[in-house]
Amino acid sequence: MDTVLDILSWFLLVAGGCSVLIGGIGAVRMPDLYTRMHAASVTDSLGSILVIVGVMLQAGLSLAAIKLGAILLFLLLTGPTASNALASAALLAGTRPFAELPEEPEDAR
Amino acid sequence: MTVLFGVFLLSLLVITAIAIVRTENLFVAVMLMGIASLLIAANFFILDAADVALTEAAVGAGISTVLFLSALALTSERERSPTSRKLLSFTVVVVAALVVIYATFDKPRFGDPEAPAQTHVAPWYLEKTPEYIDIPNVVTAVLGSYRAYDTLGEVFVVFTAGVGVLFLLGPGTGAAGQRTGPTDPGAGLRHHLIPRVVGRVLIPFILLFGLYVQFHGEYGPGGGFQAGALIAAAIVLYALLEGERQALRVLPERLLVGLMAGGALLYAGVGIAGMALGGNFLDYSVLAGNPVKGQQLGILLIEAGVGITVTGTLLGIFHAFAARER
Repeated sequence: MDTVLDILSWFLLVAGGCSVLIGGIGAVRMPDLYTRMHAASVTDSLGSILVIVGVMLQAGLSLAAIKLGAILLFLLLTGPTASNALASAALLAGTRPFAELPEEPEDAR
Repeated sequence: MTVLFGVFLLSLLVITAIAIVRTENLFVAVMLMGIASLLIAANFFILDAADVALTEAAVGAGISTVLFLSALALTSERERSPTSRKLLSFTVVVVAALVVIYATFDKPRFGDPEAPAQTHVAPWYLEKTPEYIDIPNVVTAVLGSYRAYDTLGEVFVVFTAGVGVLFLLGPGTGAAGQRTGPTDPGAGLRHHLIPRVVGRVLIPFILLFGLYVQFHGEYGPGGGFQAGALIAAAIVLYALLEGERQALRVLPERLLVGLMAGGALLYAGVGIAGMALGGNFLDYSVLAGNPVKGQQLGILLIEAGVGITVTGTLLGIFHAFAARER
């Protein structure tokens, strides 16, 4: 049983690490603010869920697991809210999405 | 493992510091300062200094960032073009850095049991705290009782800083009170549903956590400084969501000034009460019949004083920045 939990938790941790890495690469490589935020949200949501659930499996049924759950809940509440606030602030400040500029087909109008 | 993590975090810290120096956008610099604070907090934590880590995370990464941003709202986003004396300042920085690096050669090795910090009073603190004060967190015992003079000084530094900012910027209630309408900067994010709903859910929990950190300082990492920053952060969040005016209705400027002075007064008052009861200044043993209980009561009271002053000062500074006419 312990081995199964260990393997599962390591799988989650590695997957979480990978998604954080992907999010980081995306945040650097994407062309504009909105797509960068989209990439960073992989770190924000998927990465944190995978890593914290992985650590929770390591902690077992204990106070630490409950604390980790509380942290996860807090992250899941605040992360998307911060992204929403950031995106709407950028939109209000007049940052246009990158994809809007080129390729507007002539015959579409 | 600790060394590996430490080297990793400190390298990131150096990179962040270089980025702060190189950027000309002040918003970016403020955000990078927050990251630098968080990195140093993580570093404190892996060195087992949980109390310091908590303070650094709450004050350095949290509240200072907000204060910097509200100060930035009054100035421009870009750094002013550098003045001419580049060579001179570069020389000064290089010489100072070399002196500091030279000084580190005399420092004891990391974790050296023969280091002065380990051999002087620290063993006495560790040995005698269960006997004299009987609380598990020795850091709080040192901070609140053995070195109570230092902490009193820190509280007065915080108080003086708050008074200084208020003198420079002035109490700004008048400016924010007159503007109305949906574009009113004093109205906060009332028209943005998602941050408002989530913020309203979070504020009570942040306040609760602040109180926990305040009153759990005897048992775990925490105390007045961290708790003050957390409670101030909750109210700053409230001010951002509901508008500054609404926040000032809850905690008026006059009350904040009262909190600033009141906390410091409570601290000093506990010290004078000790004198009145026949002990020395800030000797808590005489506060109750049993010296150990007296020590615990004294620490509880002075931590409350610290928390009150820190909350009042941070909120006072925040409102002084936020209420100022642009």
